[in-house]
Amino acid sequence: MRHALVLGIVAAIAAAAPWPQATAQVPDPTAAEFDKFREIMEQDNPAELFEMKGEELWRARRGPKNASLEQCDLGLGPGVVKGAYARMPRYFADADRVMDAEARIVHCMITLQGFTYAALAKQPFSSLTRTPDPVSLVTYVAAQSRGMKISAPQSHPKERATYETGKAIFFYRAGAFDFSCASCHGSDDKRIRTQPLPNFTKPQQAIRAVQGWPGYRMTGGVMHSLQWRMNDCFRQQRFPEPGYASETVSALLAYLTVNANGHVYRGPGIKR
Amino acid sequence: MRLAFAALMAATGLLASCATPQRDHRPDAVAMMKRDFHAMGIAGMDRLNEDSVQAACNQHQDNPPQGVADKLQKEQLAAIKWPADGRLLGDWKSGERIAQDGRGMTWSDKGGAGGSCYNCHQIGPRESSFGTLGPSLYQFAKLRGYGADIQRYAYGKIYNAKAYNLCSQMPRMGHVGALTEQQMKDLTALLMDPASPVNQ
Repeated sequence: MRHALVLGIVAAIAAAAPWPQATAQVPDPTAAEFDKFREIMEQDNPAELFEMKGEELWRARRGPKNASLEQCDLGLGPGVVKGAYARMPRYFADADRVMDAEARIVHCMITLQGFTYAALAKQPFSSLTRTPDPVSLVTYVAAQSRGMKISAPQSHPKERATYETGKAIFFYRAGAFDFSCASCHGSDDKRIRTQPLPNFTKPQQAIRAVQGWPGYRMTGGVMHSLQWRMNDCFRQQRFPEPGYASETVSALLAYLTVNANGHVYRGPGIKR
Repeated sequence: MRLAFAALMAATGLLASCATPQRDHRPDAVAMMKRDFHAMGIAGMDRLNEDSVQAACNQHQDNPPQGVADKLQKEQLAAIKWPADGRLLGDWKSGERIAQDGRGMTWSDKGGAGGSCYNCHQIGPRESSFGTLGPSLYQFAKLRGYGADIQRYAYGKIYNAKAYNLCSQMPRMGHVGALTEQQMKDLTALLMDPASPVNQ
């Protein structure tokens, strides 16, 4: 029954093509159809498979130190996973920097389990044949904040400074096409082709940078995290490549997430 | 007395906070990116450096003082290489294909580029999948005229949008070598040719 419904909605989306000439002010009917599709898909979200895989990985003794991640401190104390994702990026004194969830997981895999950064950063993003462990782990961790309010902290001076640095990165125009993040995500009601572009400088829209991630992306059929999303944005910005789990990516995510503070996080989702 | 003292403290505090200039976090941001990024494919680390236009726009939140903008726009205009044969109009059919092609200049591209025009602009009447970051170009010459000055403006704007509006969001397709002279002629024809569907 549910499959029939999903098929029906796929057909409805197909029938909507060629895309109607929506003006910037009118809500895009294609996007509205996709939102309905997503609601249904999320009841049977393939992201759950990665969530389960991530939980196994979290508990398993692995790496050169044959340790689990159960003593990993995600900001709420060693081993506390519930609610941690909704409270990151945050400052971690042991690393003396602000870290987003995946950067923190990578940090724990290095310090607790003995993996090397080089090994983890070699192929950090999902392909059709391979989902890197940190992606499954961050999906598990994110799922433990489902239904909670996003509240990335701004109490530590370095959290406030990192927000400002992230904001400066967001507005920095450079590269072959003179683009900044704000070129596409700095004003209301814009589209690239038919893809609506949220204005991440506004709290009501900044949530769209966070909601649905980590996400099962139907384009390609793979699980992706925000680390991948930021990487691919920099690619399309015509910039060189940011380091995986680097401070730059955490700072940008701090800016976006703090802007989205107060909204309820719905857990790992589905992306186009 | 104690109340007066508190009021004085509050007033000084207020003054101090007004006098403290907003700290510019761009140097921190650039230093962080230069530490964290690496060259990838055709996208070298030099792309993190600002040129004079980017620096002025970044420094002034895309709204530089008129004098600064005028001077830089003149420089950008003077750097446009106009076609040696004096002809600005190529083949509008080829122009349509170039306008559709959104590839180019990313680290996953090899070299060569399309115009990415439909990403941001409405252009031809048959393509309804167009972006809205830039203004509609539908009926470009029909509305503005087919004269030599408008042709020159269209070619120049494609070559270097910053020569006309310093902090325009549009890439400088000729200035950075993303498009060839022939590609820009073809795009100009798409906008300017009376036979182009754009002008129907």
